[in-house]
Amino acid sequence: MTAQNTPYSTIPTSPTIDKVGVEERVARFQTRSIKGPAKMQGLSMVLSMIDLTTLEGKDTPNKVRQMCYKAQHLHDVQEGLPTVAAVCVYPSMVAVAREALKDSSIKIASVSTAFPSGQAPFEVKKMDTQFAIESGADEIDMVISRGKFFAGEHNFVFDEIAAVKEICGSKRLKVILETGELASLDQVRRASDIAIHAGADFIKTSTGKIQPAATMQVTYTMLMAIRDHFDRTGKMVGMKPAGGISTSKLALHNLVMVKEILGDAWLSNEWFRFGASSLANDVLMQYMKQVTGKYQSVDYFTID
Amino acid sequence: MNILKTYKIYIGGQFPRTESGRTYVVKNSSGDPIANVCQSSKKDIRNAVQAARKAFGTWSERSAFNRGQILYRMAEMLDGRKAQFIEELMQQGSSADAAAQEIERSIDRIVYYAGWCDKYQQLLSAVNPVNSSHFNFSVSESTGVVGIVADEASSLIGIISQLMPVIAGGNTAVLIASESLPLCSISFAEVLETSDLPAGVVNILTGSADEMLPTLAEHMDVNALFLSNASKEMVKSTQLAAVDNLKRVLVLNEDWTDESAQGIRFISCFQEIKTTWHPIEQIGGATSTY
Repeated sequence: MTAQNTPYSTIPTSPTIDKVGVEERVARFQTRSIKGPAKMQGLSMVLSMIDLTTLEGKDTPNKVRQMCYKAQHLHDVQEGLPTVAAVCVYPSMVAVAREALKDSSIKIASVSTAFPSGQAPFEVKKMDTQFAIESGADEIDMVISRGKFFAGEHNFVFDEIAAVKEICGSKRLKVILETGELASLDQVRRASDIAIHAGADFIKTSTGKIQPAATMQVTYTMLMAIRDHFDRTGKMVGMKPAGGISTSKLALHNLVMVKEILGDAWLSNEWFRFGASSLANDVLMQYMKQVTGKYQSVDYFTID
Repeated sequence: MNILKTYKIYIGGQFPRTESGRTYVVKNSSGDPIANVCQSSKKDIRNAVQAARKAFGTWSERSAFNRGQILYRMAEMLDGRKAQFIEELMQQGSSADAAAQEIERSIDRIVYYAGWCDKYQQLLSAVNPVNSSHFNFSVSESTGVVGIVADEASSLIGIISQLMPVIAGGNTAVLIASESLPLCSISFAEVLETSDLPAGVVNILTGSADEMLPTLAEHMDVNALFLSNASKEMVKSTQLAAVDNLKRVLVLNEDWTDESAQGIRFISCFQEIKTTWHPIEQIGGATSTY
């Protein structure tokens, strides 16, 4: 097959990104002040969109069990709080999470394809994904091959995503671009286009292992790729900023951005997620501040 | 031309303006304006407590000796800026003699607490006799973030006397300065900033205690409060607001200009005693085992 008639060649070329324009637009989202009932609703929505994450070499089965408990019982003192959307773990911990969550509606997302570097043979990446699904994962968070991407083999990146999507079948696939390594917004846009066309159900900014992670500029660029795809085809793709979003304020600003670029249809955990490990407690503390009128202390919330 | 200084507040090692953007004018006894001062708000309290909490870990874990060195440094820095403080005290109504005496006493008091930094632990700690095979000992640990409402009638010596025992003991502090005599508090923050004191250990806000204290008193991340010569109403409302997380509320009616208004008793107010039972092998032994 020549490059002219592969599925990859059907990806439309996107206009180059005006970086200064993006920065100005993003700055305007951050000037919104959200107070009172709107803030409560926003905070509650943020909680319901969190993929509670632990992706460390030192993760143990008990750490994962504890996190699964937290996912279901965010702050039992307060009634009416949602649960998080999902937990996100390494493939080896999926079975533990499955057992801990039982028939709860909380999804289990597993990273795969040699997360976080993606530097493993194609066969190994496929096995990694297969293993996660067989262990009970509902969603797969794969990383793209940045090395291949930079070597100009976009075709390879595309095929790899398509192959993993085939293994996933009906399970939803999130494609991590690792934007901290992609260097420019133009590259981010190109990687987004490739992932979307190769069959990603979600595109995700980062692994959380590289800084900078989910900056608003990067998320904005990816949201625009999603919108252009929707305008062209009518198909929705989800978005997951991950890494670096640890305050309620930043999370709310992200929601404002999603609403203004993609609209209300994306404001649910079906189409938008936050990948975070320490965001939940900050949101809970802000929520309880609204309820009690008193500034809160981390001493009175469970460890995340 | 005489330019009125705008005194800013001190949070996390920075000198920001109040988040609220408000100021008030401080006047001397004859009614002439002497300075513009920040009228801090609840959100400044929030920011200050956050900074104090962040600083608590490293400050309380520093070696006691190092804390002492930093307090000595503070005394040296204050000594080098005597003239400015004397001028401010006189602007606020002190006589030249009284101002000179207040600054001398302030420097002495800092040196006094600097000396205590690596000594109070021995006096507050103990090895306890127990009737079992345990080595049982009690040690003091810093309380945490302490909210201080400065004595309304004192510009400098009051702040020093309330602040030093708190930070000598490894706590961090959020201090609301005297509303009517605020000048020295912010100038003292400039001294702190040049004394190697880590950012956030001391945070100083100016403005109305009536406005800010309720927020500080009910803040769940504040562990203790220290009031001095406060009104009955203020004490009562503070104690009520402090109930939720069982803050310690210390109310003292000291004359801080007095030479005797210092001592380990002020340090021990903001220490928690932790007792440890350590099993030892010698069961039924007749002799001491440590």
